[in-house]
Amino acid sequence: MELERFSYDNKVVKAFIIATVVFGLVGMLVGLTAAIQLFYPIFNFDTQYTTFGRIRPLHTNAIIFAFVGNAMFAGIYYSMQRLLKTRMFSDTLSWIHFWGWQLIILAAAISLPLGMTTSKEYAELEWPIDIAITVIWVVFGWNMIGTIIKRRERHMYVAIWFYIATFITVAVLHLVNSYEIPVTFFKSYSGYAGVQDALVQWWYGHNAVAFFLTTPYLGMMYYFLPKAANRPVYSYKLSIIHFWSLIFIYIWAGPHHLLYTSLPDWAQSLGVVFSIMLIAPSWGGMLNGLMTLRGAWDRVREEPVLKFMVVAVTAYGMATLEGPLLSLKNVNAIAHFTDWIVAHVHVGGLGWNGFLIFGILYWMVPRMWNTKLYSTSLANIHFWLGTLGIIFYAVPMYVSGVVQSLMWKEFNAEGFLVYKNFLETTVQILPLHMLRACGGALYLTGAIIMTYNLIKTAYAGTFIANEEAEAAPLTKVYRAPASGGWHHRILEHKPILFTVLSLVAILIGGAIEMVPTFLIKSNIPTIASVKPYTPLELHGRDIYIREGCVNCHTQMVRPFRSETERYGEYSKAGEYVYDHPFLWGSKRTGPDLQRTSGKYSNAWHYNHLLAPDAVSTGSIMPPYPWLFEQVIDKTQTAGKITALRRVGVPYAENYESTANDELDAQAKGIADNLKADGIEVMQEAEIVAIIAYLQRLGKDIKADKTASTTSKDQNP
Amino acid sequence: MYNNILQSIDNIAIWPMISFVIFFLFFLCLLWYVFTADKGFINTMKELPLNDGVKNSSTTINPR
Repeated sequence: MELERFSYDNKVVKAFIIATVVFGLVGMLVGLTAAIQLFYPIFNFDTQYTTFGRIRPLHTNAIIFAFVGNAMFAGIYYSMQRLLKTRMFSDTLSWIHFWGWQLIILAAAISLPLGMTTSKEYAELEWPIDIAITVIWVVFGWNMIGTIIKRRERHMYVAIWFYIATFITVAVLHLVNSYEIPVTFFKSYSGYAGVQDALVQWWYGHNAVAFFLTTPYLGMMYYFLPKAANRPVYSYKLSIIHFWSLIFIYIWAGPHHLLYTSLPDWAQSLGVVFSIMLIAPSWGGMLNGLMTLRGAWDRVREEPVLKFMVVAVTAYGMATLEGPLLSLKNVNAIAHFTDWIVAHVHVGGLGWNGFLIFGILYWMVPRMWNTKLYSTSLANIHFWLGTLGIIFYAVPMYVSGVVQSLMWKEFNAEGFLVYKNFLETTVQILPLHMLRACGGALYLTGAIIMTYNLIKTAYAGTFIANEEAEAAPLTKVYRAPASGGWHHRILEHKPILFTVLSLVAILIGGAIEMVPTFLIKSNIPTIASVKPYTPLELHGRDIYIREGCVNCHTQMVRPFRSETERYGEYSKAGEYVYDHPFLWGSKRTGPDLQRTSGKYSNAWHYNHLLAPDAVSTGSIMPPYPWLFEQVIDKTQTAGKITALRRVGVPYAENYESTANDELDAQAKGIADNLKADGIEVMQEAEIVAIIAYLQRLGKDIKADKTASTTSKDQNP
Repeated sequence: MYNNILQSIDNIAIWPMISFVIFFLFFLCLLWYVFTADKGFINTMKELPLNDGVKNSSTTINPR
């Protein structure tokens, strides 16, 4: 058989590597800023673009999509060409993919601090960017499938399977979760409401972790770890089981993010069961990675690349054992809404993704520049700084999470909450947050050292833009050898069939999770007293979304006595039927707000948002002075009403024509009430709208209670 | 409340049953597929990443 000559494209890989490093540093720096804001509120810088509520999504998006995303593309483009013995399908598509992705990141970096957000975690980007993501993702998939089709290697190695599953599933998740109705170019409402929105969001959120942070990285592990160890993977059979069971089970586990919430119980149980089952494939994968190094452990002592990979794979194992444990309802009752979850996420993010990326970069860069790594000792220093960084990050956050939770739940002998004031629990954990920031700083320092090391390495070598290679072409007609039966190769050389089967595998779980909640109206028992928001409250809610209040405040009272004592009645599914998007939140840095209505006066809210620290001494909430100067954009009222009506909120016909009159009347009421307390306020100021919204939260259900008690009194 | 929700879906009991059957069959097929695979084929697949067709390959770590 005549060998064909061709070359591998390293140029696009180099571009993705540079983007990875740059955005990695930026994303970590933003994360460190957010961490510091939580104990020195002064670092919110008193501008509306840099508050924690806007910075936190910037950090998560920068790390997930810019740092981990770019590294994933670098790794996929590098390994895929070599595993399939062909250049990428189209250099043009590669570059469209590269520049398109960077533009999306740029759009995110601009829009998030400006407060343009859908508020759905890890899917915060507004609808025009969502469309751009879809287009670029299709380009990536087209390029990938094209490469697979023109391959010179008959069978697809397991890493390629993981890449295919990544492409397919992220596409499905993104399309389903981004169903939103535009109001303006910068604003949209989720097409789903309340419980359904929460279910879709966490089906997406959980599987973004699965198929953006896990599957592509497992694919890269299966390629780069054997390369770095210079020995084949421990068990290829195990990797087949790992792949199919992982993609099949992961997709069902989303509801474990919603335990003890208003989600129907059966869906919660489904999430728990599948989460526990996930331990098996995850640990199978971890063991497969670690066992690959058997007989090579002496090299781990000397090679920084292997050190990083060992810690990465171990962190993967730890995080994927902890995840299922956290999804047990009794553990979740303690951990949910606390810093424990933040620790868990960062063991995965810093340990698994970060360290695997570092290992792969240290491996790829010397080879692409045809030289040796500039400094092994600097790489070792990076390794230890990073490892200590992870420990100093995770341990304080575990302690902090448990402390928070136990303080929230503690009753005294008389049966009253010991820490009635939420602020006491916040102040208690500040030293731990400082330690966490030190951990983050160590980790970032390591990454800076790596950047220097990689730059020096590149300067010392010569970049190989096109790496020459040769391989035999595929024969036109393929017959599987008769030996060993036919079935074990029905898949590995049929990419299209393989892709379709992967799609079927992930759709089954998705369907079983979602269909009942969507088809059966009565899944969400209606509460007659729950009414749509008034126009002013709607504006207030959108300001709440814009400021990212949901990053620190939940709107979900769980059915525990400690929560009903502190906040009021537990939350019902029917309360959220008009919430587009839902705002349950996933973390309580501040108290829950679901029952805020009537708890404090309008004047209290006014002063609190102006200077939180003056009202609650020691509060770490930033002040919001701009809410008092900026006015509500009333021109948008009609558009908002119309958009919400389209997604099913029952506003009356032509209501939009009178909505602003109603808005003015309600705003005047609040302004007059403030005046009585000696506060002069502009009626159109945003603060008035947000007060209106906060005073609405939980009001309907309280009205429902009052009504039912009165009727009981009348009919003894 | 829990009961009300479940009773309001017709034949809800079939739902977990279907899930279980799909799940069980899936893994049965998967295990059969893996354990009956040809050893030679598995070994070929295993070695795939280690030869990438590059001439004078510098992509393997210098064996000591």
